[in-house]
Amino acid sequence: MSTVLPAAFDSAAVAEDVLEETWRTEPGLIGWLGSVDHKEIGKRYLVTSFLFLVAGGLEALYMRVQLAKPDQQVLTPEQYDQLFSMHGMTMIFLYALPVLSGFSNYLWPLLFGSRDMAFPRLNAASYWTYLAAGLFMYAGFALGQGPNDGWFNYVPYAERDFNPGLNMDFYALGMIFLGVSTTVGAVNFVVTFLRMRAPGMSIEKVPIMTWGTLTASIANILVVPAVSLAFFLLWLDRQAGTHFFDVDGGGQPLLWQHLFWMFGHPWVYAIVLPAIGMTSEGLQALCRRPLVCFELVALATVATMVLGFGVWVHHMFATGLPALALSFFSGASIIIAVPSVVAIFAWIATIWSGRPNRTTAFLFFVSVIVLFVIGGVSGVMTGSVPLDWQLTDTYFVVAHLHYVLIGINLFAVVGGLYFWFPKMTGRLLDERLGRWNFWTMFVGFNLAFLPMHVTGLLGMPRRIYTYPAGYGWDTLNLVTSVGSFVFAVGVLLLLVNIARGLRSGAPAGANPWDAPTLEWSVPSPPPSYNFATIPIIASRHPLWEPVTAADGERSRLRTELVLTEGRETLATSALDAELDLVVKMPGDTLSPFVLTVGLSAGFVGLLLGAAWLVVAGALLTAAATIAWLWPRRELAQVAGAPR
Amino acid sequence: MMPASVAARIVAASASAAEPLSYLRAYGPRADRTLPLTWALLVVSIAVVVTICVLVVVALVRSRANVQSATGDGRAVAWVYVGVAASSFLLAGTLVWTVRVLATVNAPSQPVGLTIEVTGEQWWWKVRYLDADPSRTVTTANEIHITTGTPVRVQLVGADVIHSFWVPALAGKTDTVPGQVNTTWIEASQPGRYRGQCTEYCGVQHAHMGFEVVAETPDAFARWLDAQIAPAAAAATPDAQRGEQAFEFRCGACHTVRGTAAGGSTAPDLTHLMSRQTIAAAAAPNEPAMLAAWMANPQAIKPGNHMPTLQLSGAELGEIEAYLLTLH
Amino acid sequence: MSAVVLGERVPVGGAGRRSIGWWGLVTLIATEGALFAYLLFSYYYVFVQLGPSWLPERTPSLGLALPNTLILLASSATVWLAERGVRRGARGVALASLAATLVLGVVFTAIQIFEWKTKPYSMRSGAYGSMYFTITGFHMAHVAAGIVALALVFVWCAAGYLDRERHVPMLIGAAYWHFVDVVWLFVFATFYLVPRLW
Repeated sequence: MSTVLPAAFDSAAVAEDVLEETWRTEPGLIGWLGSVDHKEIGKRYLVTSFLFLVAGGLEALYMRVQLAKPDQQVLTPEQYDQLFSMHGMTMIFLYALPVLSGFSNYLWPLLFGSRDMAFPRLNAASYWTYLAAGLFMYAGFALGQGPNDGWFNYVPYAERDFNPGLNMDFYALGMIFLGVSTTVGAVNFVVTFLRMRAPGMSIEKVPIMTWGTLTASIANILVVPAVSLAFFLLWLDRQAGTHFFDVDGGGQPLLWQHLFWMFGHPWVYAIVLPAIGMTSEGLQALCRRPLVCFELVALATVATMVLGFGVWVHHMFATGLPALALSFFSGASIIIAVPSVVAIFAWIATIWSGRPNRTTAFLFFVSVIVLFVIGGVSGVMTGSVPLDWQLTDTYFVVAHLHYVLIGINLFAVVGGLYFWFPKMTGRLLDERLGRWNFWTMFVGFNLAFLPMHVTGLLGMPRRIYTYPAGYGWDTLNLVTSVGSFVFAVGVLLLLVNIARGLRSGAPAGANPWDAPTLEWSVPSPPPSYNFATIPIIASRHPLWEPVTAADGERSRLRTELVLTEGRETLATSALDAELDLVVKMPGDTLSPFVLTVGLSAGFVGLLLGAAWLVVAGALLTAAATIAWLWPRRELAQVAGAPR
Repeated sequence: MMPASVAARIVAASASAAEPLSYLRAYGPRADRTLPLTWALLVVSIAVVVTICVLVVVALVRSRANVQSATGDGRAVAWVYVGVAASSFLLAGTLVWTVRVLATVNAPSQPVGLTIEVTGEQWWWKVRYLDADPSRTVTTANEIHITTGTPVRVQLVGADVIHSFWVPALAGKTDTVPGQVNTTWIEASQPGRYRGQCTEYCGVQHAHMGFEVVAETPDAFARWLDAQIAPAAAAATPDAQRGEQAFEFRCGACHTVRGTAAGGSTAPDLTHLMSRQTIAAAAAPNEPAMLAAWMANPQAIKPGNHMPTLQLSGAELGEIEAYLLTLH
Repeated sequence: MSAVVLGERVPVGGAGRRSIGWWGLVTLIATEGALFAYLLFSYYYVFVQLGPSWLPERTPSLGLALPNTLILLASSATVWLAERGVRRGARGVALASLAATLVLGVVFTAIQIFEWKTKPYSMRSGAYGSMYFTITGFHMAHVAAGIVALALVFVWCAAGYLDRERHVPMLIGAAYWHFVDVVWLFVFATFYLVPRLW
């Protein structure tokens, strides 16, 4: 059960041939469905989440047409309600986290000096279930039965008495389904972070961007059950006649809000912290100096998440809670800004003392700072109870949440695309078109959402399908609608740039930005096995060591750790990253896909009340799981396995 | 009927409310105490954003002639400490001020004069004036009259789904939650009509779930309340009498007109409909033509609302309208 | 990099608690534990809002629940024996203990279903019934999953897949079973003991 690590191959080229043969995904449909390569899965996450982003964006544009002028009748109230619910659900659940999971899936093993995530098959299952859950919820919308109670879906309006269609059943079951994807994805990130780092990459040397996804994943492990449970209880209320939320049977409408926001607020951090990490990573590389206050920024990330568990009630200030509870949660909601301030000033100090490489990616990352601050100060305002009683459920909150979600998530994501697209494809995106892309998005976004704060201060409630003239909202809404179309043109320019880059982008080389982390040490795009030899790490910035560790110990990228006996990589100890285990990685397999088909059948059965389909789905799921877990000799899981 | 000075002030209040739902103008002590905090945080927020923008721009354009390849944090770290210290100071100040304002607005500082029970319904507001003497307890809808200069307790009763009660010129929001009674209070310093609105999404006609708070001098309010307590006057003209009968038959299952056989409780009480300035929860002005249009086809004005289209004949419609116009 | 000594002997693959699968189980238990925390939160939230009068009975009968609790605790002991047997290479002990665990698990489930039938309330009769049947039902689903998992471990053990060095499935199955038992203690205390305090 133990091995002596082999000596280095005589020729690196021979090792690489063997590795390529071992790790590559077979061509063809079966190979495609069965791939467990984290890079492939990461790209699928990115493409799928961008498709959902486009869908959610079109929904928003449709609403902005309706709201461009008072008393418009472009949309019926029911259409409008489904559109704003789909828009929120799509952007928050089907775009914002999955797009970050895409980056993390693609980059983590490369950042860590590993050959894959800790659980490659679980990774594939995470993607397939995400796709299936997204299609499930969109199927409802396509049938005119999309969710229609907003993304936070308050009861009792979501109960059957008030909402008799299948709308809520699509949403409830879809969210439980999506919760499976999020949970297994989070499990994979946490274990990968703790175990799959290259030898020597002790906890203080971990790349800054991974802290965001780690804390977000820990949070998801702890809070996703709350929302899955809430939706399950809602579904039971609707279909099994239980009384969790309806008053007549002793249920409590506010229980929904507690469960939802115990999940919902940490989730808000889960969909920005990884993007904040990407911004830190990108700014550091593009300022050509180590991030200032690296440790503080990492600690601040963790602190934000810890405090983030204690602020959910600020979504419920107006529900009639006692003043003492309000004061406590108000305090927590204001104090939680402090760790964010650390990141803001660390970024500014990094730019100040660095030598910025003013690329398009850099522009996007810098814009994150400004948009983060705007979203942050408006967040502090809503954290102040007496003020929140006025601000909540007006367009001020809509403006705030878009500065947070677009400002910190989407702008960081687009910056990340400009930054890592060369790594993923081997080609650069066009910088000239990139400038147009950035400025169109930046101007369009602020044109749309900065005036929206004023719309809110003038009292326009959110979620109204139309509004009368004479409230001072007309011009502001028109400006917002114009801005939203400008913003959409900006996103379109991004898609054009990506299409052109894929076809005819300039070759990128391994490290076009002279960046310090391990993913830039391998070719672009990376080979299927990532690293020909597992590196041994001595500092936080392995590729900058000639400067940052001029006199210190150097990381070694070419080592004796070749590992070619099947799919192999290394596991190390959680804190010190000391060599601990040779991990036998599973090859490509259809079980994650089959499992997802089984789950999909089960959820469709539950939706339609078709017991036979539920049973069939459950059996298929169980069969796929058992096949998956069956101990294998080649994974060194059975008695007397080789070595 | 109304003293000219009072009328002028109402006009002034209404006119200054060119943005009727703006909460940047306060007309009562509760909103008054929140407003300085609002402005202070707005100004500080804008200052913070401007400061950060300036810092970012300077950091971007400053001369790099002397900048070497930095490796350690160096002097740059001072930025972080100064920034965090300054921000913490501002945030702590915000927190202290927040708790102070919360303490002063949470409950009125003087005794409450009047208690009103407000029930949020899809998509209108039921308003009951409570009195120890049950004969003086009276129900109306969508228009809440209060006296100026005295705090008014509002008991918010949840009925069907969650709604939120909001009169921005007077006070922040409080939800109406089924299964519980939330208590809030409002007070107007001067007479006027103050727009209110449901702000918790409650279904297809959430957009049209408004109301008005009418603040009056104590005398004017007492006259209004006495008038509301009185049952409807008997219909005088033949048209109106036929209209009353038709109303009882066609509308009475949902609407009440006290003094007649119409006693439904699922829709607004119409006993003194003509004393109100709007119909359909402030969705439309209470004018004869609008009233007729509403009766003919409520779904055209407020699609999805719970009032069915009754297929009234032209004659019936005219008679019921004639009757409704007598309900002062 | 002095921490890494090349040429040292390093374990491979499914190596006990070093294995990646074991770490996966720890995170699974974290998320499942959170799920039960939210379930119990929901129960106590309604309890606090409505007060003790919400409880249908102040002294729910322990006649079935207490013995059943002891049965479940006994199954934790047998699964511990099974794990020890696998670790020491005593396959016979391991198989016998696993079989005993499976029997105890099935008996627990059967008694629980029987007790369900004795309750005067149902899922639909009110919030208390909804809570009782949903929370105990969630727990029972976990017992059922544990039975399936341990049955697989039994099969693998009988097939000779597990030995002193390769026994991660046994570790995982046993830890999961202990977790399910600990959760039951909280569920049991919530529904059978706490009401007696009021």
